[in-house]
Amino acid sequence: MSWIGDNLGLIWEQLVEHLYLAILPVILGLIVSVPLGYVATRYSWLANPLIAFGGILYSLPSIALFIVLPAILGTKVLSTVNIIVALTIYAVSLLIRNVIDGLRSVPPDVRQSAVAVGYGAVHRLVAVDLPIAVPVIFTGLRVVTVANISMVSVGAVIGIGGLGELFTLGFQKDFLTPVVVGVVLSLGLALLADLVLVTLQRVLTPWARTATPVVEVA
Amino acid sequence: MWEYLTDPFNWSGTEGIWARILQHLWYTFAALALSLVIALPVGMRIGHTRRGAFLAINAGNAARALPSLGLLMLAVLLTDQIGFLPVLIALVALGVPPILASTYAGLSGVDPATIDAARGMGMTGREILTKVEIPIGLPLIISGVRSATLQIVSTATIAALVSLGGLGRYVIDGLKLRDFPQMFTGALLVALLALLLDALFALIGRFTVSRGLKIG
Repeated sequence: MSWIGDNLGLIWEQLVEHLYLAILPVILGLIVSVPLGYVATRYSWLANPLIAFGGILYSLPSIALFIVLPAILGTKVLSTVNIIVALTIYAVSLLIRNVIDGLRSVPPDVRQSAVAVGYGAVHRLVAVDLPIAVPVIFTGLRVVTVANISMVSVGAVIGIGGLGELFTLGFQKDFLTPVVVGVVLSLGLALLADLVLVTLQRVLTPWARTATPVVEVA
Repeated sequence: MWEYLTDPFNWSGTEGIWARILQHLWYTFAALALSLVIALPVGMRIGHTRRGAFLAINAGNAARALPSLGLLMLAVLLTDQIGFLPVLIALVALGVPPILASTYAGLSGVDPATIDAARGMGMTGREILTKVEIPIGLPLIISGVRSATLQIVSTATIAALVSLGGLGRYVIDGLKLRDFPQMFTGALLVALLALLLDALFALIGRFTVSRGLKIG
């Protein structure tokens, strides 16, 4: 227990690094997959190949990606850029499917009404299509965020892993406390991030709360 | 990397690439088999009786949050052993939840009217499970096994951290020696193995799922 008190600084530092390494790729992934998903719904022949390609990318082991990327990007193996790019690739490969499904879930009559009222393509995407797609996109966001938080620690194998470094530290010193601290904080971080996303989704879709279920009249 | 891969010396012997691939597959299948033995009966019981659904639904979400490296280190320190046992524990902990969640989802997703019909025909609970619920839930069950396999095969790489073999050896040894071609070789082979196993399960799904389900 005294180890925790003595190392609060280190734990905090790794926690912050962990959060940064996990969340930045989610944001980057969203920035990439929304336009990509939009294009895929406009040119629908693109959608299925994109989803299939995403599936293949997602099945690549993270440790493999962490190591192969430096060769492709020309970065150093110990650069945080590798982790961020690798996790962004995962985020895009998973989110692209949700963005496409979400945009497809916009009812055609809603789309036609927006066009009839005079919305241009971009305005319609931002003000009509995306808000309707929010629940489906958020399902993907939650999966990606939680998965990223647990995957970051694998980076500790190559020396950059936020809380994962507590795992290697505990292992090298044959000492349980840092490992338990790392696992608990990593789980807590995932739980907290998920909670934040659920709350954010509620804020973004106020109508989901006020809508009363349709009562069927027999 | 190409030189490393094309050097026949690297492919033979007890530390050659073939031996490493076999070790890697052995860890993967041992962990997968144990995960199936644990998760399938529990998932089927929950899906069939619909009791304990909360556990099954949340298992899938919770598992995604488990840090695999931390689990392995935890298992090593708790069992006080370095070797196969902690690796197996960590891999099974990753494998059980997706299989459990998808087995439950597959079984509980069966249309209640279909089950009523089966019961009306005089089927017993066991017959309903084996002849109706499992075949209809099979696509989802297989997809759960598939994601468990992917998790396990990629995580088996870290077995090398606790002095076991497998393809992770190239990654870990290469990292220590700053031998990057060796690291790439390991990483590439793990990726290929994962893609290969994924394709294998896609094929299994194609041949085992009832034709009646594919049309609908």
